[in-house]
Amino acid sequence: MKIRLDNVVKTFETFRAVHGVSLEIESGELVALLGPSGSGKTTILRMVAGLEYADAGHIYFGAEDATDIPVRDRGVGFVFQHYALFPHMTVAENIAFGMKVSKQRRDKTAIDARVADLLRLVQLEGLAERFPGQISGGQRQRVALARALAVDPKVLLLDEPFGALDANVRRDLRRWLREIHQELGITTLFVTHDQEEALDLADRVVILDKGQIVQQGTPEEVCRNPASAFVMNFLGDTNRISAAVAGGIARLGEAQIPAPGFADGPVEIFLRPSDLGWSSSGAGIPATVARVIDRPAGRRILALTATGEAVELDVAPETQVSAREQGIITIERARVYAAG
Amino acid sequence: MSNSVKGRPSRVGDAPAFRRALIGIVLTLVAIVIVAPLVVIGYQAFSQGIAVYAAAIAHPDTLHAIGLTVVTALIAVPINTAFGVAAAWAITKFDFRGRRFLLVVIEIPFSISPIVAGVAYLFVYGLQGLFGPALEQADIKILFALPGIVLASMFVTAPFVARELIPLMQAQGRDLEEAATSLGASGWRTFFSVTLPNIRWALLYGVVLCNARVMGEFGAVSVVSGNIRGQTNTLPLHIELLYHDYQTAGAFAAASILALLAVVTLVAKVLLERQGAGRARRRPALAAPVAAPKTASAEVPS
Amino acid sequence: MARRILPGFPLALGITLVYVSIIVVLPLGALVFKAASLGFEDYWRIVSSPRAVASYRVTALSALAATVFNLVFGMALAWVLVRYRFPGRRFIDALVDLPFALPTAVAGIALTTLFAENGWFGQALAQAGIKVAYTPLGIMVAMAFTSLPFIVRTVQPVLEDLDPALEEAAQTLGGSDRSIFLRVILPLLAPALLAGLSLSFARSLGEFGAIIFIAGNQPMSTEITALLAFIRLEEYDYQAAAAIASVLLITAFLMLAITNILQARALRYTARG
Repeated sequence: MKIRLDNVVKTFETFRAVHGVSLEIESGELVALLGPSGSGKTTILRMVAGLEYADAGHIYFGAEDATDIPVRDRGVGFVFQHYALFPHMTVAENIAFGMKVSKQRRDKTAIDARVADLLRLVQLEGLAERFPGQISGGQRQRVALARALAVDPKVLLLDEPFGALDANVRRDLRRWLREIHQELGITTLFVTHDQEEALDLADRVVILDKGQIVQQGTPEEVCRNPASAFVMNFLGDTNRISAAVAGGIARLGEAQIPAPGFADGPVEIFLRPSDLGWSSSGAGIPATVARVIDRPAGRRILALTATGEAVELDVAPETQVSAREQGIITIERARVYAAG
Repeated sequence: MSNSVKGRPSRVGDAPAFRRALIGIVLTLVAIVIVAPLVVIGYQAFSQGIAVYAAAIAHPDTLHAIGLTVVTALIAVPINTAFGVAAAWAITKFDFRGRRFLLVVIEIPFSISPIVAGVAYLFVYGLQGLFGPALEQADIKILFALPGIVLASMFVTAPFVARELIPLMQAQGRDLEEAATSLGASGWRTFFSVTLPNIRWALLYGVVLCNARVMGEFGAVSVVSGNIRGQTNTLPLHIELLYHDYQTAGAFAAASILALLAVVTLVAKVLLERQGAGRARRRPALAAPVAAPKTASAEVPS
Repeated sequence: MARRILPGFPLALGITLVYVSIIVVLPLGALVFKAASLGFEDYWRIVSSPRAVASYRVTALSALAATVFNLVFGMALAWVLVRYRFPGRRFIDALVDLPFALPTAVAGIALTTLFAENGWFGQALAQAGIKVAYTPLGIMVAMAFTSLPFIVRTVQPVLEDLDPALEEAAQTLGGSDRSIFLRVILPLLAPALLAGLSLSFARSLGEFGAIIFIAGNQPMSTEITALLAFIRLEEYDYQAAAAIASVLLITAFLMLAITNILQARALRYTARG
C-alpha cells in the first residue's frame, strides 16, 4: 500500500512538533524516519498510525484519505518502542488478540494456525505459552512484531524498534527484520535516532530536523550528497572549519577546495576524518599532532592546525606518527556549506 | 560502631543496644495504642458471657442495624466503584483542561470533617435546604432515610477507588490501550481484556477500603440519618445508642462485629498488597509524565 | 483537542462530572451558600462567640499535641519497620492501618473504656494523678489514635527508598550515627514528614466519632468544633450550624492547600534524587 503525507501539521500545546511535512512511501518500500529527539519523527509515525490526529494536512493510504480514520479501523501494524505487550496474556494470546477482536470472525483453529505460522516466522516456536515477563527483550520485540503482523496490516510502523536492546542483539534483529520485510513485502516505516540503523536497514532514509524534512533519499544519496550542514553532521563524525571563498575557491592553508556557486565571503567546510590524510609534504593544512588514538580499524590523529583549529583524521594502522610531530593534513573530499 | 553482621559495617542506628531499646519502646507503644483498643472490644463484648453476647447480637434492633449497614454498602460501594473507574479512565487516558483541578476535587472529601459533610447534605435535601421544600411536596424522603445515608456514605468515600487506580494507571501509561486499539479492539473490549486485568488488584483494594469506610462511617451518617432506632440506625449509630443507654456489653457486642470487619479488611489489604496493590499510591501520584515510557510488561516478575 | 485516540472519554468524563457535582460540589456549595446568606455581622457573631472560640482552641491544641505525639511515635515506628528485622514485624506493619480500618465509633468506645477511671489504663494513670477520659487529654488520645497511620505511611516508603550509599558516603566522611541521622537522613525525610504532619493534623481537626465518646463534651472546655456544629443542628439553629461548619470547611481547604504545596515539594525532592 502506498502512503502519502500531504503538508501535515501537528502542534502540542504551544510546541509545534511537525511543520507541514509531505512524504511519499511507495508500496513495499522500507523507509526510515531519522532525526534527533524532538525532530517530530515519532509524531509523524503516530499520525500515520492514527494514534495522533493531524491538525492540518492529509494522509492517504493508496487513493483513500485516511486522515480521519480512527486507529482501530485504519489497519496498521504498530510496534511500540517498549513493545506494549499485554503482560497478563501469553505470547500466543498476545499474537492472537488482534484476530480475536476483529470484526471479521475467525474460528479458533484458524487463529491457532495463524499464531503458529507467525511464531515460526519470528522464530519463537517454543515460547507460545510464556508470559512477556518471562522472555528476553529481543524475544519481546519479535512477539510485538508478530502481534502487529497478525492483523494483516496495510502498513507496518515501528517506533524505535531496537532502541531498548543491547548492541549485539540489535544488529542481529536488524538483519532479521530486513529479511522479514523482503519475505512479506509489506510497506514499512520505522523511526530511529541512530543513523547507522537507518542506513543499514532502509531502502530510503528521511532525515528530519525541528519538525521538517531536511533531506530524503537512498542511503547512498544522503551519505554521498548531504544537503545541509545539519545532515552532514548528523550522519557521522565531521570536522567543521571556517574559511573564506574567493572566486569560487575556498582556501584552507595550502589546500584549495572548489566551491562553485558560492559568492565571495565566509563559508564552512566540513571534512570527515576518513576523507583526510597525513603527510609530511604537499598541498594541505599545516598542523601539529596533539594525540594519537589507536583503534582496531586504524589510527585517529587529533591535530591542531596552524590557525589553532582542532581537526580529527583517520589514517591507516601502519602510519608512523606521534604526538608533537608536525606535518600536513591532506584533503581527499570536502563539503562546503554557507556559514551559519 | 559495632558490626551487626560479620564483614559488613553497620548502618545508622544498628548498634545493638539502641536497636533493642527502640524496638522495645515502639512495640510497647503499639501494644498500648493499637492492640489494647482491639483487645478491650473483645473483652467487653464477652464480659457478661456468651449468652448475653448472642442475645445482644440477635436483638431485632441490632439485626436491623446490621441489615441497614449492609444494604447501604451494597448500594454505595458499586456506584462508587463505577465512578472511581470512570474518573481514573478519564484522568489517566486523556489530556484535558482542568484535569489537575478535577483530581483535587475528587480528593476533597478525604480532607473534610464528616460532620461538615452531614451538615452540607442537610442544606441540600433538608427542609431548610435547596431542594427540601420541593422534595417535601413530592413526598420524597431523602434525609432521615436510606437515600440520605447512602448519599452521605458516597460523599465520605468518593475518593477511595479513584485514588487507588489513578496513580497505577498513570504509571502504566497508555501504550497497552493504544496497542489494543491499533489491533482493532473496541473501547469496552480494550477496557475489559487489557486494562482491567492489569488493575484488578488495585481496584479490589480500593473496593475493600471503600466498603470498610462505608460500613463504619459515623459522623456524616449521624447527621443525616436522624437516629431513629430500628429504622435509620446503621451499626455505628446503634453502637452509640447502646453505649449511651449504658448497655455496655450490647454496645461492645455490636462493636465486635465492626472490629471483625476491620480485621478482615486488614487481612484482605495485606493479601492484596502482596499482589502489588496499594504500591503506586505510596509514590507521588503525578511524578511521572502521562506518557511515561514504562510498560507494565517490564514489571511482571519472571 | 476535539478528537481523541482512545475511546470512552465522553462517557467516563460525563460520569465523573455528574458524580462529583451531585455528591461533592452540590452539598458543599449549599453549605457555603447557607453560611454566606447569613450576612457578615451575624456570621462573625456566631463564629467568634466565646463558646465557638473555646471549641477552636481545644480542637486545635489537642490536634497539635496529637500530631506532635504522632511525629515522634510515627517516625520511630516507620524506622523500626523499615530498618530492623524482628519476629512479628509484618504483623505490626499490617496493624498500623487499624486506626483507618476501625470505625471511629468503635475506636471511641474502646478508648473511653481503656482510659476511664476504672479502665485498664485509666486506673494506673489515676494513681499518678492523671485524668484522661473526659478531659482535653482524652481528645488528644482519640485524635492521636485515628491519625497515627498518616505519618508512618508517608515516611515509610521514603525511608525504604533511601539510598544506602548516602549513609555510606557520610560514614566515609567520618560522620557519627547521630550527625548522619540529623544532617543526612532527616533532611531527606523532611518533605514526607511535613506532608504526613499536615495530613495528620487535618484529620485530627475534623475527627468526630472517636472523640465524642471520650471527650466529656463540656462547653468551653472539652467541646470540639465539629461537635458544636452538631449540637447547633440538634437545637435547630441551622444558621449557627452552617457558620460553624463553614469554619471547619475553610480550615480543611487551607490544610488541603498546605498539604498539596508540601507534597509538590516532596515530589520535587524525590524527582531530583
